[in-house]
Amino acid sequence: MKKTERRTCRLLPPLVLLLLVLFPGNCHAALDDGFAEGIALLASKSFAQKTEGAEKIAGSGDKRTDKVLRAFLDGQLYFTKEGQVLVYGVPGSDGLQVTDALIETPLGIMSADQLNKITINNQLRGQLKTLLARLSLRSADPAVRLAGVREMFADITPETAKVFDDLRQTEKDDRVREALLTALALAGVRSADLAERKKGLVTLAESLDPEVRNELTRLIGEEKDKTLLQEAKRSLGKIEAKLSWYAKLETVFFGLSLGSVLVLAAIGLAITFGVIGVINMAHGELIMIGAYTTYVMQLLLPDALGVALALSVPVAFVVAALVGIAIERSVIRFLYGRPLETLLATFGLSLILQQAVRSIFSPLNRSVATPAWMSGSIAINPVLSLTINRVTIFVFAMLVFAGLFLLLKKSSLGLQVRAVSQNRAMARAMGVRASRVDALTFGLGSGIAGIAGVALSQLTNVGPNLGQSYIVDSFMVVVFGGVGNLWGTLVGGLVLGVANKFLEPWSGAVLAKIVILVFIILFIQKRPQGLFPQRGRAAE
Amino acid sequence: MKMKLLKMTLALALLVGTFNTQAALAEETIKVGILHSLSGTMAISETTLKDTMLMLIEEQNKKGGLLGKKLVPVVVDPASNWPLFAEKARELIQKEKVAATFGCWTSVSRKSVLPVFEELNSLLFYPVQYEGEESSLNVFYTGAAPNQQAIPAVDYLMNEIGAKRWVLAGTDYVYPRTTNKILEAYLKSKGVAAEDIMINYTPFGHSDWQSIVADIKKFGSAGKKTAVVSTINGDANVPFYKELGNQGIKADAIPVVAFSVGEEELSGIDTKPLVGHLAAWNYFMSVNNPANAAFIKTWKAFIKNDKRVTNDPMEAHYIGFNMWVKAVEKAGTTDPKAVQDAIIGVAVPNLSGGYSAMMPNHHITKPVLIGEIQANGQFETVWQTSGLVAGDAWSDYLEGSKDLISDWRKPLSCGAYNVVTHKCSGTK
Repeated sequence: MKKTERRTCRLLPPLVLLLLVLFPGNCHAALDDGFAEGIALLASKSFAQKTEGAEKIAGSGDKRTDKVLRAFLDGQLYFTKEGQVLVYGVPGSDGLQVTDALIETPLGIMSADQLNKITINNQLRGQLKTLLARLSLRSADPAVRLAGVREMFADITPETAKVFDDLRQTEKDDRVREALLTALALAGVRSADLAERKKGLVTLAESLDPEVRNELTRLIGEEKDKTLLQEAKRSLGKIEAKLSWYAKLETVFFGLSLGSVLVLAAIGLAITFGVIGVINMAHGELIMIGAYTTYVMQLLLPDALGVALALSVPVAFVVAALVGIAIERSVIRFLYGRPLETLLATFGLSLILQQAVRSIFSPLNRSVATPAWMSGSIAINPVLSLTINRVTIFVFAMLVFAGLFLLLKKSSLGLQVRAVSQNRAMARAMGVRASRVDALTFGLGSGIAGIAGVALSQLTNVGPNLGQSYIVDSFMVVVFGGVGNLWGTLVGGLVLGVANKFLEPWSGAVLAKIVILVFIILFIQKRPQGLFPQRGRAAE
Repeated sequence: MKMKLLKMTLALALLVGTFNTQAALAEETIKVGILHSLSGTMAISETTLKDTMLMLIEEQNKKGGLLGKKLVPVVVDPASNWPLFAEKARELIQKEKVAATFGCWTSVSRKSVLPVFEELNSLLFYPVQYEGEESSLNVFYTGAAPNQQAIPAVDYLMNEIGAKRWVLAGTDYVYPRTTNKILEAYLKSKGVAAEDIMINYTPFGHSDWQSIVADIKKFGSAGKKTAVVSTINGDANVPFYKELGNQGIKADAIPVVAFSVGEEELSGIDTKPLVGHLAAWNYFMSVNNPANAAFIKTWKAFIKNDKRVTNDPMEAHYIGFNMWVKAVEKAGTTDPKAVQDAIIGVAVPNLSGGYSAMMPNHHITKPVLIGEIQANGQFETVWQTSGLVAGDAWSDYLEGSKDLISDWRKPLSCGAYNVVTHKCSGTK
């Protein structure tokens, strides 16, 4: 189709008709009317008309329907400003990769100014999902079929129930068949026929789907038949019991995940504070440096976010460790044995680092993208799903802990660190260069803080204030766990995380934090050495 | 000896001379105070507003200044420290003798400077949406009152989306608590049952949203359409939205409408998982009209960065500054008393394609827009009020404030006048 021709067809319907005449091979002539009309309606500004258009397209049976609607849902459907051609626009690095939606030929790369996006709102999004669900019931992919059936749970009409019944006969996949059975049972429970309701209830018995629970609650409110009512109540009771069990399991997961974040943030401090006894108030800012390293790495590798994130781990370790060593060599080594001065000096350093980041990167938060393999969640059942980023960070925290533990126990550096921390004078007498060990230990702790920053960049803001929000929590974990004990930090962090999450629903997030703090204060009164006190001479 | 004396007199004369020229200079300039945090936690939001003010003043000077005099910005940094706000405000008014001050973001900073402005009778233009329940002779509220943001947003969710169950989630301080109190009363007046409202508060900078988002998910699975009204402030939003995305809460299932999330906040988040969630403001950068296009162009040129966004509080400063300029021109002086009288009724163009006017209660008229978050970090307007909404200082839905009105015109001249008892309980 030539440019001049397009210009003459400003109005869409004639254009579409023309296209259909030009390319009859691509479509089924008898079904086209609805499709063309629908697409013409998409050009409207009104969302009601667009909805009507989407319905027409869905009803047309055209084989491009699924692709067009899905692109519409994803916000990738456009009209070109010149010629009003319906196109798919897939964002690329230098503009939009545009494909003609009707004849499916690529039109090259266009900038956003050349296209009019077909906007969409939430109601329309919901409608499109239902339409697509209906279309996807006959898809070849069982996962798509399953999603389609689930999407239709909420509004099952007698007609859809019939369709479901037909589908069930031929369905091969177990999970889809089960979903279809649940849907049919839901329809049964809603029916006016007592026998149907009974049959439905038996199938639903212990399903965890929220739709089932709502349906049972409704049934209990309306049911007249006494035996059925009792049956429904018993069924609901069982479901509730299961739900509360899964809710507890979920809370434990949340707690462990919060705990692993605390452990990550605190474990570097456990080394600097615990092993060489430096109160480092700039620890939070070292975490922040790690997070900003991730941001910079993603800037350098914009096309491979996942790789950038993985590479950030060693890079952040090195960067934060170098900053840490610089801090140790320039400030802290002159202040050993004077904890108050160290505290004030490092607090000042933390402010300097924060303001430096504000000047270099601007005071605004920076956006760190989450790679696709870390987004979303693993659904264990309809009520329990684990978010993948949290699972990843938990595993990561455990790996960091294990690595650090081995380093301190098995390597010669670890041996020297332990020697210096236990008896400085004796270690020096044995030929250990104590001041070098101090610098390396501080660098190690700082590097671990940098790694924590990489993990935190996936959970929270990357901004100048990132460190401040974790410094108090980190000290809390180290003091609670027992100063100078890595195991203490691990157990302390996880315990505090789980306790916090169990308190939260009961007291609210604000009070939960207060309760935990008060608990720690009382605990330290009773056991000043923390959970795992250090034994031997070093303790004195 | 004589030489020395001569030198000294000469030096003295020179000194006096410079003083004189300085005094002469001062007479030909008008000082404008800018009271925004440039360091500390609030720097993230307030630095932009400082830059906006500098730009507006520069633009005004290009047009020949005000009353034939040059405008000079005086920037101070209250460092996100509330008592320091009051100190710096005093410094601006007494030492620098500024004609008007543009500043503050959080309500607590406004409450902290309020007595200073009242005591020294100077003017403050406050550009951020706030909880209402306040009206001062010395403050002009150019941001939205609850009836210009929260109530229309809830109406939209109720009427257009069909929400029946409500989660009111906020950060634990005065703005969310008051707003949620108003919203709760409003929802109940519309027949929403108490068990269909869930209220949740979290500390500042809350970063672990797992259980709260899971609770919202459970609350929303009860078969009725559920919506979340979020007054979550500042940094806590990013982890909140990330958790929503990860737990798979999509906007078409449970939409979240936010009152504190604008273009600037979104520029720090990957918005792809958030597409379709909502925000209610009086201005969006995506609003398509010549005035806005010109503003965005000037802003990008001023800040020398093509990627910077504009947002609602910036528009509020734009409106407030132009209103002040117009009022000073009308009064022919920068004297606060004259400006206070002159500014009421002044109307200036806003950036959403109309005019905003200063009301007698020191609030302004604005349109209310509801926008959906897009993948590019912008908002797409999906609904807007048919006309302008006048800011209401005292909420009509709260016991104790529904009988109050504010009118700073003579002869009433009262910030909290009770129309039932006919008594003025506010200042003056």
